[in-house]
Amino acid sequence: MKILIKNGHITDPSQGIDGIGDILIEEGKIKEIKIQDARYKMQDKKIKNRASGGDIIDASGLYVLPGLIDMHTHLREPGFEYKETIRTGSMAAVKGGFTTVCAMPNTNPVNDNSSVTDFIIRKAIQEGACTVYPIGAITKGQKGEELAEMGIMYSEGCVAFSDDGTPVMSSLIMRRALEYSRAFKVPIISHCEDIGLSEGGVMNEGLLSLTLGLKGIPSEAEEIMISRDISLAKLARGRLHIAHVSTEGSVRIIRDAKERGINVTAETCPHYFSITENNVEGYNTNAKVNPPLRTDKDVNAIKQGLKDGTIDVIATDHAPHHRDEKLREFDRAPSGISGLETALSLSLRLVHEGVLTMPQLVEKMAVKPAGILGINKGTLKIGSDADIVMVDANKKFKVEAERFVSKGRNTPFDGWILKGMPVMTICKGKVYE
Amino acid sequence: MKLLSKDLLGIKELTKDEIILILDTASGFKDVLKRDIKKVPALRGKTAVNLFFEPSTRTRTSFELAEKRLSLDVLNLSVTTSSVVKGESLIDTALNVQALGADFMVIRHSSSGAPHLIAKHINATVINGGDGINEHPTQALLDAFTIKEKIGRIEGLKIAIVGDILHSRVAKSNIYLLAKFGAEVRLIGPPTLVPKELEELGVRIFHDMDSGLDGVNVVMVLRIQMERQGKGFFPSTLEYSKNWGLTSERFRRADKDAIVMHPGPMNRGVEVASDVADGPRSVILEQVTNGLAVRMAVMYLLAGVRE
Repeated sequence: MKILIKNGHITDPSQGIDGIGDILIEEGKIKEIKIQDARYKMQDKKIKNRASGGDIIDASGLYVLPGLIDMHTHLREPGFEYKETIRTGSMAAVKGGFTTVCAMPNTNPVNDNSSVTDFIIRKAIQEGACTVYPIGAITKGQKGEELAEMGIMYSEGCVAFSDDGTPVMSSLIMRRALEYSRAFKVPIISHCEDIGLSEGGVMNEGLLSLTLGLKGIPSEAEEIMISRDISLAKLARGRLHIAHVSTEGSVRIIRDAKERGINVTAETCPHYFSITENNVEGYNTNAKVNPPLRTDKDVNAIKQGLKDGTIDVIATDHAPHHRDEKLREFDRAPSGISGLETALSLSLRLVHEGVLTMPQLVEKMAVKPAGILGINKGTLKIGSDADIVMVDANKKFKVEAERFVSKGRNTPFDGWILKGMPVMTICKGKVYE
Repeated sequence: MKLLSKDLLGIKELTKDEIILILDTASGFKDVLKRDIKKVPALRGKTAVNLFFEPSTRTRTSFELAEKRLSLDVLNLSVTTSSVVKGESLIDTALNVQALGADFMVIRHSSSGAPHLIAKHINATVINGGDGINEHPTQALLDAFTIKEKIGRIEGLKIAIVGDILHSRVAKSNIYLLAKFGAEVRLIGPPTLVPKELEELGVRIFHDMDSGLDGVNVVMVLRIQMERQGKGFFPSTLEYSKNWGLTSERFRRADKDAIVMHPGPMNRGVEVASDVADGPRSVILEQVTNGLAVRMAVMYLLAGVRE
């Protein structure tokens, strides 16, 4: 089975490619990639001949990018299939331009042992629309007390370890995790939150939380733990990746750590550079997320952090919930935003605003995640999996939560008009339109 | 003039004119309450349900009596007897109550925003009887009514609110109301319980009670929740009381005609000394009486929104 993608604007920072060209796919792999130059016409003919018997896709006017990688996804299966399944979550991913997602371990049971890891991998092969890599728990039951069997889970296919949703509060356990994981060269992804300081909080702390009567979470709850984890990463010489950075102070701390040569990477999510705590007004539970939405100055700092490279990755923290769970008292509703289907479009705003270039965006949504996780993805190099997304950067559309493929329609972006969207996703040669 | 919304969710949502309308209407009802026959047929045939998800005696009793004085049929539903313990969602509970034919729902709930959530999903009139640490609008209205009755105006007065501002929905509603009327609001208490961000609303913050009380016309004392001690807000009620308890000696700092208010129930000897609470400047029991008139006015006016 051959597919020829013609005349698209190919942007693949992993090879320094950014220009009009063609890609030939054969047997689910990238077979050839040609960028137009003076000899283009000749090559065109050659590549066209090779595609004979296959499909030709005209990608004129479209970007052709390596399939996006979401290194922070909650697929909810096993245990919370009413919120999302590996099937529906991976389909939402594909719709959003992602060809690889990493499933966070806070399922039921927790992915803290190889049988759960194995279940996720098998299920993803059987039913998944895209590639799914599991992330294992750092500690058994995500309780923060005893290390989980990282080595066994790693050999089963886990690509990183995280207790996402809850922080590892014991500095000693976190140190051990950062040390032990070095044996497998996998990152520890830290959900940074001092749960003593954030206790009972449901939104950003400030005047707005006071006037809404909602308990606040100060920025410092995140920043204290980022500082701690950076210190521990230095001590342990481990590989630390900071999840969902939301504050100005966090950006400053990470920037400083990187300048000091500490092995730390960081991600943020589209909601942290797109909207502020003001979205909570009216007790909007779809804007309830952890860490909470912050303020304009934080949004600006996150953008700056993305621009100057302090923040390496844009991840979704896709956290689908059932409608009934969000339709409740604000302080009793679960945290989370269903993000896979809006992430690319929201991130393209950064390109339109001039915060990032297109190659930089692809770095943050494909190349860097692959590098951090050590997976052979996020590239259009010859011989790699044909994971490709084609993007119309100028097509305007309205976000309609009711039409999400994900089971989770919990989004604060419902009704937004966004510019730029994925129009076709190819996973290992399989085309989704 | 009419109120603008079908619901009373908070003081934040009211205009100054609406508040004046409520207070003026309450005056009329206060006259009714002085009569031998205290009941009017204003809302006969309508039904009020007091939906209390949090224990309350004072507010529920006040609403219930106000409703009865307006000839409403009254149903009290409290959390212990409701199906909430069986896991029913708040919206379902409210929809069921509405299906019984409720025209008014008075909601008391420990979650801020609970009345707002209900109001979005039902047609009946929702009145916030206190939600979490957000607002207690009828308390602020009855406090304003009492101040106007005693001093004649609110504008330009120096009004001190003393105590646990952070967790007090009464304080929040009062701050919003008094600010709308141009009073100088002073918040007094330990820094752990008086968030600095509130200065952005134009209030003045004092941690030293004596200087905070200097020359004030009104002292509103808040109830100190015993469960706050030991949680790091203050070390003990003894220490709290020594620093921020209203004693007659401290009260001398206030204007000579100053009044003392308390939303109840009081911890005598903790946030307020008995000789002050029972003294000639105390209007604490009048607040209770005025609560009836104000709640009657609110329900009467909200019924008018529908017509």
